[in-house]
Amino acid sequence: MEIIDLTIHELHEKLKAKEVSSVEATRAMLDRIEAVDGQVNAYITVTPEQALVEAEAADKRIAAGDIAPLTGIPVGLKDIFVTKGIRTTCGSRILENFVPPYDGTAVAKLKEQGAVIVGKLNQDEFAMGSSNESSYFGPVKNPWNLECTPGGSSGGSAAAIAARTATATLGTDTGGSIRQPASHCSCVGLKPTYGRVSRYGVIAYASSLDQVGPLTRDVTDAALLLGAIAGHDPKDSTSVNTTVPDYVAGLATGVKGLKIGLPKQYFIEGLDPDVKRAMDEAIALYKSLGAEMREVSLPHTEYAVATYYLIATAEASSNLARYDGVRFGHRAADARGLKEMFAKTRAEGFGSEVKRRIMLGTYALSSGYYDAYYVKAQKVRTLIMQDFLNAFNEVDVLLTPIAPTPPFKIGEKLADPLQMYLSDIFTIPVNLAGTCGISIPAGFSAAGLPIGLQLIGKPFGEATILSTAYAFEKETQWHLKKAPL
Amino acid sequence: MKYQVVIGLEVHTQLTTNTKIFCGCSTRFGAEPNSQTCPVCLGFPGALPVLNKQVVENAIRAGLATNCSITQRNVFARKNYFYPDLPKGYQISQFDLPICQHGHLDIEVDGETKRIGITRIHMEEDAGKLVHADIPGVDDSCVDLNRACTPLLEIVSEPDMRSPDEAIAYLKKLHQIVMYLGICDGNLEEGSFRCDANVSLMPVGSTVFGTRAELKNINSFKFIKQAIEYEIERQAEILDDGGKVIQETRLFDPNTGTTRSMRGKEEAHDYRYFPDPDLVPVLIPDQWIEDVRATLPELPEAKRARYVAELGLPEYDAEVLVSSRELAQYYEETVALFPQAKTVSNWVMGEVSRALNEDNNRSITDCPVTPALLADMLKLMEKGTISGKIAKTVFDEMYKTGKAPEKIVEEKGLVQVSDTGAIEAMVDEVLKNNPAQVEQYRGGKETVFGFFVGQVMRASKGKANPAVVNDLLLKKLKG
Ligand SMILES: [Zn+2]
Repeated sequence: MEIIDLTIHELHEKLKAKEVSSVEATRAMLDRIEAVDGQVNAYITVTPEQALVEAEAADKRIAAGDIAPLTGIPVGLKDIFVTKGIRTTCGSRILENFVPPYDGTAVAKLKEQGAVIVGKLNQDEFAMGSSNESSYFGPVKNPWNLECTPGGSSGGSAAAIAARTATATLGTDTGGSIRQPASHCSCVGLKPTYGRVSRYGVIAYASSLDQVGPLTRDVTDAALLLGAIAGHDPKDSTSVNTTVPDYVAGLATGVKGLKIGLPKQYFIEGLDPDVKRAMDEAIALYKSLGAEMREVSLPHTEYAVATYYLIATAEASSNLARYDGVRFGHRAADARGLKEMFAKTRAEGFGSEVKRRIMLGTYALSSGYYDAYYVKAQKVRTLIMQDFLNAFNEVDVLLTPIAPTPPFKIGEKLADPLQMYLSDIFTIPVNLAGTCGISIPAGFSAAGLPIGLQLIGKPFGEATILSTAYAFEKETQWHLKKAPL
Repeated sequence: MKYQVVIGLEVHTQLTTNTKIFCGCSTRFGAEPNSQTCPVCLGFPGALPVLNKQVVENAIRAGLATNCSITQRNVFARKNYFYPDLPKGYQISQFDLPICQHGHLDIEVDGETKRIGITRIHMEEDAGKLVHADIPGVDDSCVDLNRACTPLLEIVSEPDMRSPDEAIAYLKKLHQIVMYLGICDGNLEEGSFRCDANVSLMPVGSTVFGTRAELKNINSFKFIKQAIEYEIERQAEILDDGGKVIQETRLFDPNTGTTRSMRGKEEAHDYRYFPDPDLVPVLIPDQWIEDVRATLPELPEAKRARYVAELGLPEYDAEVLVSSRELAQYYEETVALFPQAKTVSNWVMGEVSRALNEDNNRSITDCPVTPALLADMLKLMEKGTISGKIAKTVFDEMYKTGKAPEKIVEEKGLVQVSDTGAIEAMVDEVLKNNPAQVEQYRGGKETVFGFFVGQVMRASKGKANPAVVNDLLLKKLKG
């Protein structure tokens, strides 16, 4: 096996045994990026010099016997993570040349462990999108089929795993932005409970929904990486102060006697037959492993997409107000007067999907519409949360598809934003409920495109969905299949 | 027509916390532009606000001191608008759930007490400042964000005031209270205590308010009066001509004493308030409120009443002494050491205040004559060691040197002479040298008596005990 194919825990063993150095691993990854990223476009910025300096430092640490699980591991970061001294664009022209003066908390935690940052990954502009087509830096291609999208918005983070241009990556998930691309690229993607991981230093899209999570080659890595970044952060008032369990230690718990719920609203007519088949196989497998299947109801599911597009865009319209050309980022060159500077800067700096969502959100918050849209959406959100809590009174985990279809073609849904929005129908409710969900490889379509399976857990029930996912992975081994790149 | 003015005031008080409301930056005034900033107060991507609990505590203090009820579940809201001094494109403030509501203050104008309602007090962050670039040929503005994110309380009154004097009385009272609470430095010029006035007119006898104008940029008590008076005149003229007052924001110009419209610069805003998702609701349990209540200082009104009732001071003295917390403290510390309330009051309002005034309006907290020194000196006076006249000399010396009064008296030989023999010799000398005046006195012109006293005191260099001098003079002249 090549270095680039290894998981975090496999590479860790080799680093520890000094069979390979971090510099070698980092070089291998940088070479791989050089070789294939031209086709995939997963990276917006690659940082070879800095990565090698970090790798050397990691090797010194290892030589001194001071090795943490992530020491010397080459990782990539969605370009939504603010990184000190490394350009951070968030996929937008408005931040094309923005070099932040500080590291966010998740990044700082990776650095503390001695992880090596090889670069910043492509994404939908400001994480607004489900196909990575809204990036100012061009769409990311799906390594399984370069004509397809890798999903979004953390498309670069998922594609880099599939293209084997990073050992692991971090993404963010606001309405499915980790889980859906993970599904489309056949990797593991975990969206933790809201408040589990600090949002400090993560460029905000929708503050009440955004959550940081890992994208990895297998479930063990997801457990490991989550453990590294989770925990209370005094710099993020919404991060929750509960203990972080040892996720890796709990992986082999098994599913015997586990009650798995199948929300009937998620197994609808019109589900792609390949997706349906993969779900049926997964259900059969879990049964064979001793899990108990139960149908449950999440009655407000049909309102989730509308609710999401009111709350997320309302928050976004405010969150993105700071991009005004005054202190950082793009500023229109020839504006006369203040108003024109603001207007031109933003007109030039933002892409059309971002503008669409800013307008939607501004509208939802406007006086006269606020109660009908924003307030109503918050009420529905409460009902959706309640749906999940009710379901979790009956079952331990929910099993659902991630997306209604396998990866779609680049350009296929661009003309119809509503169709695009509906592709997140199975992931969005989890964000609205603020709970956790994981996407794991669950097979392939007839055309050879990846299909993911979603396991949804109780709030702060990451350990349970991880062990449930681990049981599946051990039996299926879908995660070992490599993209033909 | 005769009009009745209706005034409501919105006061922004900058809180004297060491750090800003949502980040750890210093709030010190006057630092190098943009030196007291960080990713949070610069509104950098990814930065998040974290609430400074001290701000909440100060807001509770303000609320309790103004008879408000305290909201136990507080929500911060975003007020969205674009301006270069507003880093995030929104201000974090409070909207429908302000921390204090339904309070009041009692003011006194022309001997009459009037209750002014306080609608609400809410917590918010300040914006930065636009400064004109002092570069020749460059017409750009620059932004200083040191002030961005410093904590403010906005205190909104009911439209209960009916004259500029009532407005001033309310403001002074509020100013005094925030200073007493120690939550605001009260500096109007530096903008720590800023006032906007909503002013409207209605025909006398009417109960329907007219259209109001909001007056901004008023940074002294004097200007507030000027601005409101000008505005009354302006609106009356419009109404007399059959015109309509436009609801608008007007800027006060201290150079001309007039207000002018800001129309065109600030259009009607829809601030699109909504709860800030970056901050969790602040819950204030009863216990917290009671803990804060227990630490509240005695407020000026209560203090004044106590000075009159318990210390027997005249109203006027009490009023002057409680005008600032520091002055009252100085007074109380002195009285504690020398329990003659009126004597101490005379000295504090007299010599102490005079000396401080003459010394560049030095602060009482910085007075070289400490309460202990003043009390020691008063004790020397009481014992008769020094006369009242010498005491003034001693006081000036203490002010200059900070030395103990006993030491000054000893060094300068200022001990009062009460030795009858020594004084008698001086009296004899004076009578001998002024036979004409003695004649006059004995002839019935008793007013000459003061002349003899003066002569004896001069001869003793002020040290003779005046009572003894009087006694001896009377005895000799009548004798
Ligand atoms: Zn700051």
